[in-house]
Amino acid sequence: MSVLVFAEQRGGELRKAALEAVTAGRQLADAMGGDLAAIVIGPPGIAAAADALSRHGADAVLVAADDAFASYAPEAFTGVLKSVIDGRSPKVVLFTASALGKDLAPRVAAQVKAGLASDATQIFMEEGRLVALRPAYGGKVIQKVGFMGEPAIASLRPRSYAATEAPRDAQVEELTPDLDPAAQRTRVEVEAGVQKERPDVAEAEAIVAGGRGLGGPEAWQMLEELADALGPNTGLGASRAVVDAGWRPHSEQVGQTGKVVSPPLYFAIGISGAIQHLAGMRTAGCIVAVNKDPEAPIFKVADYGIVGDVAEVVPRLTEEIRKLRSGG
Amino acid sequence: MNIIVCVKRVPDSESRITIAGDSVDTQGVKFVLNPYDEFAVEEALKLKEAAGDGSVTVLTLGGDDAKETLRTALAMGADQAVLLKGEPSVDGLGTAEKLADAIRDRDHDLVLFGKQAIDDDNLQVPAMVAELLDVPCATVVVELKVDGGQVTAKREVEGGHEIYTFATPAVIAAQKGLNDPRYASLKGIMQAKKKPLEEIDVGDAESKLEIITMTPPPERSAGEIVGEGSDAVPELVRKLREQAKAI
Repeated sequence: MSVLVFAEQRGGELRKAALEAVTAGRQLADAMGGDLAAIVIGPPGIAAAADALSRHGADAVLVAADDAFASYAPEAFTGVLKSVIDGRSPKVVLFTASALGKDLAPRVAAQVKAGLASDATQIFMEEGRLVALRPAYGGKVIQKVGFMGEPAIASLRPRSYAATEAPRDAQVEELTPDLDPAAQRTRVEVEAGVQKERPDVAEAEAIVAGGRGLGGPEAWQMLEELADALGPNTGLGASRAVVDAGWRPHSEQVGQTGKVVSPPLYFAIGISGAIQHLAGMRTAGCIVAVNKDPEAPIFKVADYGIVGDVAEVVPRLTEEIRKLRSGG
Repeated sequence: MNIIVCVKRVPDSESRITIAGDSVDTQGVKFVLNPYDEFAVEEALKLKEAAGDGSVTVLTLGGDDAKETLRTALAMGADQAVLLKGEPSVDGLGTAEKLADAIRDRDHDLVLFGKQAIDDDNLQVPAMVAELLDVPCATVVVELKVDGGQVTAKREVEGGHEIYTFATPAVIAAQKGLNDPRYASLKGIMQAKKKPLEEIDVGDAESKLEIITMTPPPERSAGEIVGEGSDAVPELVRKLREQAKAI
């Protein structure tokens, strides 16, 4: 086995980022002249995910299905992966840099004594050597890192690869993990909260982000409407100042002490553009800034800017985008 | 309750980072206690205060200049500090091994970390230390309760939370929002100078990754100001549609 991809599922459904990781794994396996296996750990019935994994290039699909795997169980997932890695010696293991992947990958790396490149945006062979690109310092620098020893482990930042079909006729192998009950020390409960209708900023196709220039938390109604007009995969973001002021939850913070994002489209509304914020969104595809201060640093990275009062510009923007959408 | 808090000295998030060769040019850069570690120190102090006994030890792996970072945590109220003298590793494992070795020998109910250091952004060391110590762990924690050796930790995931429960000893990695870190008082700063700070030579941590190059992110050139006020909106939308093909 050359490359093993941990294909993350949630609620019995493969996550989009899982297929992105399979695409990255396929490219890597081809460059190494080797094979690609995907492993999926989930509730009974999760074997159905094998189709999509095979279609995106997995030569083999390993399935560990159990009621105990319905939600993330850190010790159990780590145990399954450790035994697969120990038994089959992949050269490379890929994870998604999601909340789950960022917790699981270091546990597995510690168990198999491997080097882990977190949050990688690319992983490839260069002059016979496996290397990865990854942002550090909140996106202020890009590191190119080389792996020493095997296996090499990386977690891939969501949206770094576009999931691409490369059909294979994958063999599906059911694993029967031998879980030591004494090792399962953590009880996990998924908080039954309101179903969030917007994607997380790290995974959104477009982000509408607000800053202190909006004046107060009530102004987010306006941003919600703009996000709705842009479409269902639009997330809401916030600057650090706004989160520190308690207007918005930290989960929405974009920047060095929040999330580093690169959506195709980013609206910075009333955000002046502190260094730590710019570091977190500068790799977005297209940046639009609305700010009343023409000297605001955000305009130095924005593709398009409007100087003006956000309370006038944003509703008009929402209206024009709605018009465009309804007119086809 | 005895708590060990692992901390790191990092460049302030407001600093401009410039690159010299394959590392960061530290000239003129202001260094601070890693912002996420402030939440960990605060939580440790609160837990100790609530328990009414025990001690808070801050631990770091680094050079002599990391003493300043330890003093910052002591000034907040930690009781003692330990400097493991050596270079951290590029990936998390080598650092985690050095920390785990030091923690193993010290009496502790909990080990707290910030969820990640804002320099290398690895987000690896806390979970690795937990695995090496063979204890349970919750990362990216926004709420924590410790009651009679039972830990309840609420952790942030995409679009919701997970609640972990397990017994001590355990490792917790703090996310922003866990608490409001206190400022060091003048009295605290004075006292910090007299608090014990132990130094141990542990040697450099072994890296399993090598930094080949460090480069600035691709430059973004300023685009255009489409116009002023809401009258500029139709033109902006047209450009987003036709030029950028973004909507």
